[in-house]
Amino acid sequence: MVEVNAGRRRPSSVVSLTRVPELAGWHREGDEIVLGACLTYADMERGELAALVPALAQAARTIGSPQIRAVATLGGNIGTASPAGDTLPVLAALDAVVEVAGRAGGRRVPLLELITGVKKTSLAPGELVTAVRVPVLRGGQEFLKVGTRNAMVISVVMVAVVVDLDGQSVRAGLGSVAPVPVRAREAERYAGEHTDWSRGRLAGPAVARRFGELCAESTAAIDDHRSTADYRRRAVAVCAARALARALPPLEA
Amino acid sequence: MTETVTYELMVNGERRVVEGSWLGESLLFALRERLGLPGSKNACEQGECGSCSVRLDDRLVCACLVLAADAQGRSVTTVEGLTGADGDALTDVQRAFLDEGGVQCGFCTPGLVMSVHDLLDRNPTPDDLELREAISGNLCRCTGYGRILAAARTVVARRGEASLHESEGPA
Repeated sequence: MVEVNAGRRRPSSVVSLTRVPELAGWHREGDEIVLGACLTYADMERGELAALVPALAQAARTIGSPQIRAVATLGGNIGTASPAGDTLPVLAALDAVVEVAGRAGGRRVPLLELITGVKKTSLAPGELVTAVRVPVLRGGQEFLKVGTRNAMVISVVMVAVVVDLDGQSVRAGLGSVAPVPVRAREAERYAGEHTDWSRGRLAGPAVARRFGELCAESTAAIDDHRSTADYRRRAVAVCAARALARALPPLEA
Repeated sequence: MTETVTYELMVNGERRVVEGSWLGESLLFALRERLGLPGSKNACEQGECGSCSVRLDDRLVCACLVLAADAQGRSVTTVEGLTGADGDALTDVQRAFLDEGGVQCGFCTPGLVMSVHDLLDRNPTPDDLELREAISGNLCRCTGYGRILAAARTVVARRGEASLHESEGPA
């Protein structure tokens, strides 16, 4: 719509998806939640869904303004595939699977395979994101974002940490630090090995700090008009350590 | 040649026909240029400034980010559709903006009035953070927001007093 308003795009036809009920809302299927592509950020911010996937709710609430969150959708965030897409680190951390429909039928693609580059996806012409599947996990979740101010801001870095107490794993998704959302696998492995899973606590505060450093090492941050690579790595280290300590509180040293 | 379409919108409780419109037109363009409702202001056209805030069904949106044709079958409320109680031309929110000096150049005012109404409809007693979040999508370059926040707090206080008097019953 912004590009149309600016005259950069003049579509010859328009398809409205807002009245397709299959794309709206969300529902639970066993241990999974199926999020419709037309689910808005306002829908994710509060209520039952926010309790089931808290990191997604936290991310949604940092996006734009209430006016924008009332119309902007999850499917739009995925299709746009911006490196700064705010839900993408959360979906990456959750191992989200995207449902795609096209003339040839439907397919399911992991989010990290769907997004191939800066604003690039593996969607074929005529294909449409219809839903996203994320697991319901027992354990803490945290989303942190740094921007140049609090509201209406495009993120400089984002960190999503998701704890799976039953699967005994920690997962970290990073955003705005590479062309595509990044999983900090090394950091995840380290945190998983330094957690007292019987008590559901990190082995100590130093684990969170080291986790943050490892997250920073997994980025491919660049200098651009919003920030510098150095600042981004530093901010990832601080945010990731803080997010993990909130999602999985450390035992006292 | 661009194909044009004709469709109907429900604006401020009235059926309005939009004729000869291009499908890519925003709701803001339709309201201002086709339906003669200039209260919703046109500034950034990218959702940044909030000057074009309107209610679409039960949600506050930037009219510049909604396709006008996509608003068919939904209820649009613009600042022109606000009316005060007891025949007052102004709502209590608009009155409080005047009383508190929340208006300077006035360009952002319609959008901010819509945002404050939307917040107080959902949450009659917002705390300061909720209030600031509710107007976070409305830019004002004159006031520094202090008088706008004061106006919103005044509405909350006045509505609180009014409901207190009601619950006490007639004297």
